[in-house]
Amino acid sequence: MKYAYFPGCKIPRHLPEYDRTTRAVLDRLGVRLAEIRFNCCGYPIRQQSFEASVFSAARNLALARRDHLTLLTPCKCCYGNLKHAEYWLKQRPNLRMAVNHRLAREGLHWNDDIRVVHLLTLLDEDLGEGMIRERVVKPLTGLQVAAHYGCHALRPFEVTQFDNPLSPTIFERLLAAAGATPVDWPLRLECCGNPLQGKNDRLSLNLMTRKLQDARHAGADVVATACTYCQLQFNRVKSEPVFQEKVQKYPPAVLVSVLLGVSMGLLKENRSEIS
Amino acid sequence: MFQHPGLNTLLFYVSLAVCLAGISYRVFTWFHDRVIHSNAGAAATLKRMGRGFIGFFRIPTGGQLPGLVRILVGQVLFQVHILKQNPLRWVMHLFICYGFLYLLIFHALDDLVTRTLFSGYEPTLHPFRFLRNLFGLILAAGLGIAVYRRSSVRSLREITGKGDWAALAILGVIVFSGFFLESTRILLPRMFDDMVRAYASDDPAEIAGLRAYWAKDFGVAFSGAPTSSVNPNRLDLGRMVHDDSCAFCHDRPDTAVAAWPISRMLQPMAGILNQIQADQILWQIHVLACFTGLALLPFTKFFHILATPVYRLVRAGRGEAADEKADAAAETCRILGLDACTHCGVCSRYCSVEPVYRIVGNPDILPSEKLRSLQFTAKKKNPPPGRMMGLAEGSFACTACGRCTDLCPSGIDLQELWTVSRADLIQTGYLDPYGWARTRSAAEWGSLLEHPSPAAPGASGHLGLTDRVETFWACVQCTTCTSVCPVVGASDDPESDLDMTPQQIMNLMRLQMKELALGARMVWNCVTCYQCQEHCPQGVRVADVLYELRNLAGERMKVHLRKPDRDGTR
Repeated sequence: MKYAYFPGCKIPRHLPEYDRTTRAVLDRLGVRLAEIRFNCCGYPIRQQSFEASVFSAARNLALARRDHLTLLTPCKCCYGNLKHAEYWLKQRPNLRMAVNHRLAREGLHWNDDIRVVHLLTLLDEDLGEGMIRERVVKPLTGLQVAAHYGCHALRPFEVTQFDNPLSPTIFERLLAAAGATPVDWPLRLECCGNPLQGKNDRLSLNLMTRKLQDARHAGADVVATACTYCQLQFNRVKSEPVFQEKVQKYPPAVLVSVLLGVSMGLLKENRSEIS
Repeated sequence: MFQHPGLNTLLFYVSLAVCLAGISYRVFTWFHDRVIHSNAGAAATLKRMGRGFIGFFRIPTGGQLPGLVRILVGQVLFQVHILKQNPLRWVMHLFICYGFLYLLIFHALDDLVTRTLFSGYEPTLHPFRFLRNLFGLILAAGLGIAVYRRSSVRSLREITGKGDWAALAILGVIVFSGFFLESTRILLPRMFDDMVRAYASDDPAEIAGLRAYWAKDFGVAFSGAPTSSVNPNRLDLGRMVHDDSCAFCHDRPDTAVAAWPISRMLQPMAGILNQIQADQILWQIHVLACFTGLALLPFTKFFHILATPVYRLVRAGRGEAADEKADAAAETCRILGLDACTHCGVCSRYCSVEPVYRIVGNPDILPSEKLRSLQFTAKKKNPPPGRMMGLAEGSFACTACGRCTDLCPSGIDLQELWTVSRADLIQTGYLDPYGWARTRSAAEWGSLLEHPSPAAPGASGHLGLTDRVETFWACVQCTTCTSVCPVVGASDDPESDLDMTPQQIMNLMRLQMKELALGARMVWNCVTCYQCQEHCPQGVRVADVLYELRNLAGERMKVHLRKPDRDGTR
């Protein structure tokens, strides 16, 4: 199985452990990754220009399409924006023509025959939880995990087609396959606050701390993430001085690839470091 | 007008003076220019100079010597990092670099260098003649690859400007005027006649013999009888005269691998060329092009020859201390980094947001062009607002992926430059659209942005959701969007914190009064979680509409802020 690996802009420099651990887990599961020099998914520029965002995304899709590969991303914002572009390219023939006209100058072409998957979908659908269970050698028994869904893969369902937008189960299934105990928590589908980071930090951190407190009340040892931006947001608890004395109040956020990697005995991190 | 050694000597010294003054000026700017704009005056420049002076002499003694040697050999001399990225580019750069270097040292400075090193050196003897031609060809091949790349690679073509072409043109003129100059010196009898007068006999028979011999074996195109009809005795006499008077300095010119074939091609035109003194004209062009290159060195991309190695060594030799002194040194290092740029375009070619540039059209989105703009604004205490706004748009489009920094062949810490310059833009009041929105109330923006300006670039590139009644006609004002909104939920008093709620914004849309929402804090503080849209029982694209409002507001605010007569908030 080979996928066009799309780490996005932030992972290589700002969250390299997501890259390292994702590769380790996928390698153990027999998934091969093709390296293509992609550009930005178009998510950040969507705030300023719909057209620039769609074109950025379309170029990535066309690059993966040229190699006849499914595009795989571990970031939910990248996933959401790639699906957003795909949706509107399908809906609007004029947009499609304009984009393909530009792409043609470098020998590329977008068509709806290119599939985009998020890491969780790859694990759950393409591989299946049974295959994960087979590889688990150090089950995360007793670890209470709050699955944080992130917004952009989940909603709008019409565009993303990720999981049931009102009661998704994919993340919990995978965590259970790794031996962990998913907890039910009221705010699990809410925003992490990252989009307002650096713009309105008061609100951004407010949204984040509400979520983390909610997860703790539900008994979570850790909050599991499967998105670059969500993880970067939750990491602010560790890095920003405001939280210095309150770090213990919040459950730490751990990447899904780290949890799976530990359960598969691939990573040096041990259980105590996760929680 | 030609053959005026006095004038040429004067021109040489003028060029040299311009070059040295230019270098001094550029070095001065390393300590004077600032990426971070402040009111610091001459004292700060002096401090930075002092600091730089000490730092410079500390480099080789800092215990990092093996590392510095590694950089000097690996990255400056052999440029292995370029080889790893792109072998063709490596060949191009080394050909230009070493082709030029050989010609500079062993040809241009032959009286100083070559003659001292090799006794019996003459430019018209093998192997010097062959080597000069060979390195000329190497340089020409490098230039050829450069021209090919800059005109055939799309992203490179787009950023290639006059400066890049001018640099290639100067080198091109130097090398090709050199080839043609040598070929006319081989071909034309003018030179022969002068030399015979100076060094050989004045016996007409001997001269006739020498002419015959040189016409046959040295390719000189004398006017008159063709070489085939010459009698053998005359030729023998000519060979004797040659061995006595010429052979010390002249061997057969067919070792001139570039100039010899050219001289054969020019043979039919020898008469005219001799008449117009083509060798003199070419010599003057050759020399003037060299002087121009020398004088322009500090003011063109050629300056990287000095700046890039210095930058690499300074960066490698710098400690990581974080204090006030280190801040001053960091500024110096940044400006030096700007000068280290060769405008090779690799950063822009692989920039993550390069496709954004193709839509938005602002060159400052591309790292290589953003760097140029920074170079400009770093010189000014109060840079022109238009330039700063363009720079701001480019800077805020950057996703900080760091790819430019990983790829830069000059090793410039571009990411650090972007981080610092972005902070400086915010500090000096050049913001992103979110920042603009906060400078006024929703009502103020509502009246300012009422009339969309047709000048807004790229303004047509959105879905047009807010203009279509179909988008909203199903809205029944049920307030579901507002009740599921986490931003509303996080506020104790949404009306005053956010100006209006999502449902109120949808109502304004229904009434086609979108201008009133363009500056609303609800629009700008939307976290794009799509709860509203997912939960809307009527299928209204609430979050998509908020996205589009931000797009529209950004475009209109940009036009408004660029108006020269605006009652600015800055």
